[in-house]
Amino acid sequence: MITAVIALAALAFVAAFGLAIAARVFAVPHNPKADEIEEALPGANCGACALPGCAELAKRIAEGKADVDACPVGGEGVARAIAAIMGMEFEGGGDRKVALVLCKGSDQVAAKRFFYNGVFDCNSAALVFGGDKACTYGCLGLGTCAGVCPFGAIEMLPGGLAIVDPDICTGCTKCVAACPKGIIKMVPASRNLHILCSSHDKGGVARKHCKVACIGCMKCVKAAPEGAITMDNFLAVIDYGFEIPAEVAGECPMNTIVVIGEAAVAGEEPTVAVGGDA
Amino acid sequence: MEENMEGKNPEEKPAAAPEPVAEKPVPKPKPKPKKAEVGPRFVVSSSPHMHDGRTVAQIMRLVLIALAPAALFSIYIFGLDALRVLMISIASALIFEAISQKIMKRPLALRDSSAMLTGLLLAMNLPSTSPWWLIVTGNFFAIVIAKQLYGGLGYNPFNPALVGRVVLLISFPVHMTARWVTNSRFGTDAVTTATPLTQMKESLATLGHIDIAVGKDAIIDLLIGNRAGCLGETSVVLLALGGLFLIWKKVISWRIPVMFIGAVWAMTGIFYLIDPTHYANPSFHVITGGLFIGALFMATDYVTSPVTKKGMLIFGAGCGVITVLIRLWGAYPEGVSFAILLMNAATPLIDRYTKPKVFGAVDTRKAAA
Amino acid sequence: MGRSKFFGGVHPSYNKGLADSRAIVEIPMPEKLIVFFAQNLGVPSQPVVKKGDEVKKGQVIAESGGFVSTPIHAPTSGTIDSIGIHPSPVGVDASAAVIIPDGNDEWFEGCSAERSSEGLDADKIKEIIHDNGIVGMGGATFPTHVKLSPPADKKMDILVINGAECEPYLTADHRLMVEHTEGILDGAALFAAVIGVGRVIIAIEKNKPDAIEVMRKAVASRDGFSVEAMDVIYPQGAEKQLIYALTKRKVPAGGLPMDVGVLVQNVGTALAACDAVRYNRPLIERVVTVTGSGIKEPKNVLARVGTRFEDLVNFCGGLEGDAAKCINGGPMMGVAQYSLDAAVTKGTSGLVILRQEEVAQFVSDACVRCGRCLDACPMGLNPSALSIFAERMRFEDTNEYNIMDCIECGCCAYVCPSRRPMVHHFRRAKAEVRKLQKKAG
Repeated sequence: MITAVIALAALAFVAAFGLAIAARVFAVPHNPKADEIEEALPGANCGACALPGCAELAKRIAEGKADVDACPVGGEGVARAIAAIMGMEFEGGGDRKVALVLCKGSDQVAAKRFFYNGVFDCNSAALVFGGDKACTYGCLGLGTCAGVCPFGAIEMLPGGLAIVDPDICTGCTKCVAACPKGIIKMVPASRNLHILCSSHDKGGVARKHCKVACIGCMKCVKAAPEGAITMDNFLAVIDYGFEIPAEVAGECPMNTIVVIGEAAVAGEEPTVAVGGDA
Repeated sequence: MEENMEGKNPEEKPAAAPEPVAEKPVPKPKPKPKKAEVGPRFVVSSSPHMHDGRTVAQIMRLVLIALAPAALFSIYIFGLDALRVLMISIASALIFEAISQKIMKRPLALRDSSAMLTGLLLAMNLPSTSPWWLIVTGNFFAIVIAKQLYGGLGYNPFNPALVGRVVLLISFPVHMTARWVTNSRFGTDAVTTATPLTQMKESLATLGHIDIAVGKDAIIDLLIGNRAGCLGETSVVLLALGGLFLIWKKVISWRIPVMFIGAVWAMTGIFYLIDPTHYANPSFHVITGGLFIGALFMATDYVTSPVTKKGMLIFGAGCGVITVLIRLWGAYPEGVSFAILLMNAATPLIDRYTKPKVFGAVDTRKAAA
Repeated sequence: MGRSKFFGGVHPSYNKGLADSRAIVEIPMPEKLIVFFAQNLGVPSQPVVKKGDEVKKGQVIAESGGFVSTPIHAPTSGTIDSIGIHPSPVGVDASAAVIIPDGNDEWFEGCSAERSSEGLDADKIKEIIHDNGIVGMGGATFPTHVKLSPPADKKMDILVINGAECEPYLTADHRLMVEHTEGILDGAALFAAVIGVGRVIIAIEKNKPDAIEVMRKAVASRDGFSVEAMDVIYPQGAEKQLIYALTKRKVPAGGLPMDVGVLVQNVGTALAACDAVRYNRPLIERVVTVTGSGIKEPKNVLARVGTRFEDLVNFCGGLEGDAAKCINGGPMMGVAQYSLDAAVTKGTSGLVILRQEEVAQFVSDACVRCGRCLDACPMGLNPSALSIFAERMRFEDTNEYNIMDCIECGCCAYVCPSRRPMVHHFRRAKAEVRKLQKKAG
């Protein structure tokens, strides 16, 4: 009994000694600032900064190879904290940006071209004629964006439509890269009027494909301040540099324009098309 | 074939004859919800558009059929007790499967028969004297812990039935190894006795040499299954028939069973040649214990064994070697379950290092050299 | 001697009896033709016509976009009604010209004039083949003149004329071999002359005994020609597998048949080349097997390029029952269509319409690692692991497991008991691997 205890204890000492030596000999020079910065970063290792993990970004920032606001997820708060660690003044403080899915065409309102049967993933589905929706621009609804979101900010509505919760969204842009249709855009969180359509189809075609499509009627263009909404190939597009009054949304005959209050949105669906017999 | 870049970038897609000027505003805002004019008509999927019709459930059912003779035989020799064990085991497996699929919000998949198979296999690995709580506990570990918690069928790294058995073996050794009943059909009365492998090990410990019956009658008894043991491991003949059926039906490959049994035979044979007083006859080793049910029905479990041909050979041989090591020098009389579980752990590694050779791959390497 | 011993393969139900005894019939000129501008593998052709143009039959409406490209010809005389996006049968929506036939079917100047192939040198023949828009008609649509131009260091010694037609349901090549035996052999002789090989093998699967018989008789008088009856196994007609079964030569992974001195051409391609050289007829029509249980009267139809599937279906009695899947090509490698508005291209070997109960639905259950796909894969891959990697978006791993050698034959998905959409996974993975490789340079 005693021998066993002694033997094990001795073994432990030898191992500990070995570890201590190894730690000295193979020590990697550490920047204490980097450790501090890493502490300040969100620590989700989401990769939104395009670097492998928060530790790497912290190292870069400490070495001056990256900006203090290089973490898109942390936002202003984190940038300020890091600037303080670096002994710098943070003067940015721009608007926080969040992801927004520019499509409102759930299965209830958007027509399908065929019954898709295959891999449950948007990128794979897009390989088959670009997806099953009649509108070739719309959300495929298989949830690839929700799958890549590190923060669980994207919810898939039952009708096969992705919706981002701006309160949870950190603006890491992973979903933007994942969407094969390219319909997720980064918009300022402070803006709450959006045109939820990406279809460049002509009015008649768009209307045939989806009951909430932008048909290019330009009513909103006229109602909004000059230049705030412009037409891009049959699609009304918002310039988020402008403040657009909420009444403009009411002008849209297709109900494509929605007003989403930052506070009001949590879990709430965008108003789905009116008077449909869908 | 086609990459369809168009899906990636809708903006680049040439819109139907675009005109620079936007359409005139629609005069009246009439969101007239028409019925969708473009209705889906066909199913569209990637090729191929045909299938040979085989399903997982069919495969599982074939395995159940293959196990049936040995299971029925166990009822014949161990009596209604065996039936009791089988019923409780299968029922509890199904119930645990249903409950866990419900809780984990997975589609209920009892119809794939995989839980039934697990229940049956576990029952066949239990003594006929097993109390009901032992069976239920075993199935809990098999279905809930070893299978569903890992993600369900297809994701479990270890054979569920074997996990159940080994948990019981370690936790309740008395119930699992000391209460054998030999049959009441061939002999006189039901008596408590030891399995042949236990007899072998005990005689070696007490007498200093092995003392087992290896006469013709004894061997025939072993082959038919007239001996102490778990429900399903006794009848070598019926198990072998079931195994051949599966190989004929192309459900399992010959590679794992042949390598497994072959390795046990060869290795014990070598030791038998060296010292027959301390090591038993290889044929005795092959037909006792759980080797046949293990090699034919447990080691060949799809999910937990290698998929590559070379991998299967390595896996089978590894199982055999570990089995013999445990039987000859381990604390337990039988090592088949542990051997298979240990090799289960090595399966991903084996698969990785036995990647099949791509058609034409050799030539490129030669050309590069 | 089993002339089929390549590794793997499957035995689907062939259902060729629906159409294999029906002689080729020509479909009447439809009201409109939709001619796609991208009809060959490689560089798409460049349109040279605009809306409102009058075209003659055989007139070039799109020119080669590069070396690996071919021109497209007007299939009949008429007016270009519009140019726009249409559902192309290969799985994308693509640009096409809609031609309204004028009913005269008038040849463009210089087309369809008989000439002697005597005295034409190899380069001239290649030029004629290119100018007449000949591509591989087995479905791959690879420009034929490119295949006929191996680099000088490749020594070619065998020409294989591929009449295996291993795809279930399809009988177009079968009928061609029976009805146009001499034309195919003449085309084969042209190919052989161009690449300078003396040995020509006509490979036919044993399930076409009449084709084998007429071919055997026909080649008796030709030097260096032989007919090989191949075992019936899918994918016997895949180039690499066919070459191995015939010659035991293994095309290196990532390599081409020319690396082992073999050229493979489809029987339809041979016939088209013969027509091009002898009559200066561009590739504007082809035989399409319209078949399947969802079609009232299965037929082998001689159709102009651009014939809408709708017209083909109507010509064959219309849809029958709950037709649920419409496939351009065979059911193992063909592309499912969502609309009968798609039209025949140079690569459309068949139009297979399946009923609801026959349609194999993918369900994407977890892989149970049964290993059946490893046994079925003719390329010796591990589809099980590949599909799991693709599912988890581990595309570097799929590359390491040789995804790029996958020929998308579909054997793995055909045998998968979990009904996993294997080929779909692999297409995605290949696209991603190509992206990764591009990024890496």
